[in-house]
Amino acid sequence: MKTLLTAWRALAVLAIVVLALPAALAQEAPDALVKRVANEVQQIIKTDPKVQAGDQQRIRDVIETKLLPNFDFDRMTALAMGRNWRQATPEQQKQLIDQFRALLVRTYSGALSQYRDQVMDFKPLRGDPAATDVTVRSEVVRPGQVPVQIDYGMTKTASGWKASDVIVGGISLVTNYRDEFNEQIKSGGIDGLIKTLASKNQGLK
Amino acid sequence: MWQPSFSPALRRLLVLGSVVATLALSGCATTGGGRTDDPFEPVNRAMYAINDPIDKFVFKPIAQAYVDYVPSIIRTGINNYFNNIDDLFSAVNGLLQGKLDKAGNDMGRVMLNTFPGILGLIDVASDLGIPRGNEDFGQTFGYWGIPQGPYLFVPFFGPSTVRDGSGFVLRVLWSPTTEIRDVAVRNVIYGLGGLDIRAQALGTTSLISEASLDPYTFVRRAYLQRRQYLVYDGNPPPAKDDE
Repeated sequence: MKTLLTAWRALAVLAIVVLALPAALAQEAPDALVKRVANEVQQIIKTDPKVQAGDQQRIRDVIETKLLPNFDFDRMTALAMGRNWRQATPEQQKQLIDQFRALLVRTYSGALSQYRDQVMDFKPLRGDPAATDVTVRSEVVRPGQVPVQIDYGMTKTASGWKASDVIVGGISLVTNYRDEFNEQIKSGGIDGLIKTLASKNQGLK
Repeated sequence: MWQPSFSPALRRLLVLGSVVATLALSGCATTGGGRTDDPFEPVNRAMYAINDPIDKFVFKPIAQAYVDYVPSIIRTGINNYFNNIDDLFSAVNGLLQGKLDKAGNDMGRVMLNTFPGILGLIDVASDLGIPRGNEDFGQTFGYWGIPQGPYLFVPFFGPSTVRDGSGFVLRVLWSPTTEIRDVAVRNVIYGLGGLDIRAQALGTTSLISEASLDPYTFVRRAYLQRRQYLVYDGNPPPAKDDE
């Protein structure tokens, strides 16, 4: 009887391990995720001949397939909207997410090539491992210059960890846009903000 | 024109006194709470509007030509020269904040770069892996608990605050460059300093025009975030969410 109980217990433990394993694999730790993606993208920039030749289509392709799946633009937009987010209708929210995403992708894809030869140094994750919002810290080292700290605000979602803010040298993207969004909403309402974002995106094309 | 006949030491003391008075006033002006980052916004925006076309049509093209036509070895030397002076002030400010390891690094950097590095033109210290402390008077005032005061946009100088602007005044008046007796040489060095700063910022300003909805607001928030971050040596307390 006692051996049977031990066997059951062993089986139960095994079952838990087997069930939990895929979940653990899917939930790649946030710092490991950022490090892996950053290294992968840097490797592509260094070795892909089309990217090196400045092929815009290829660069956009790399961003769409490698970088963007790791961003949570819904959350990023909501954070940048602050308390205005709840005032927006679902339709407005959708438009805001689309336009904000387009603006960020277009403006920051130009900066991608600058990462080519930079040395990225990732710091160990601090804080509560059970938290759903963590900050992954990294540093870009440039010879003769003060290193630039790049932090990623990571949020836990159903499909793994996603970036919801990028903080470059202490300047949070979300915080910066919160002021801008607030100001646009004050003068033209949420629709005014959507219009400004849309015309900004049109002009950049 | 009336020429002040104070000795340099007395002049510096007077400047220090007025800076202290300004900071004391800035402290009083910002105790109201709420959104008081930029109480002079209308004036600042006017200054921004004056600065923008001058920068676009004069300073930016000159800086771009400098980057395009002057060999990088010369530009690096010029940048190193000004960085060396920054390091000297960083050492002083590290001491004023009791950050002895930073101050020690900066002092070592200045020694190495001034003598073997020929007046700062060659950054010997970075090759040896000695990090830059990157401290300044504005950060020291912040570390001492003096509030940042109203945001200021100064034509030709860009974003600042009363606290940082006061620090900048001290920085300029106490700079070794002021000891150069030959006015022409001194002015050339000031000119090169401005050129160097503008050239360093070329990438940043093009990003601002692409990324921002209203460049004025974008620059203001980015500047204030950056300064807050520097005052806290990279670990600022979390910002109050207005959600």
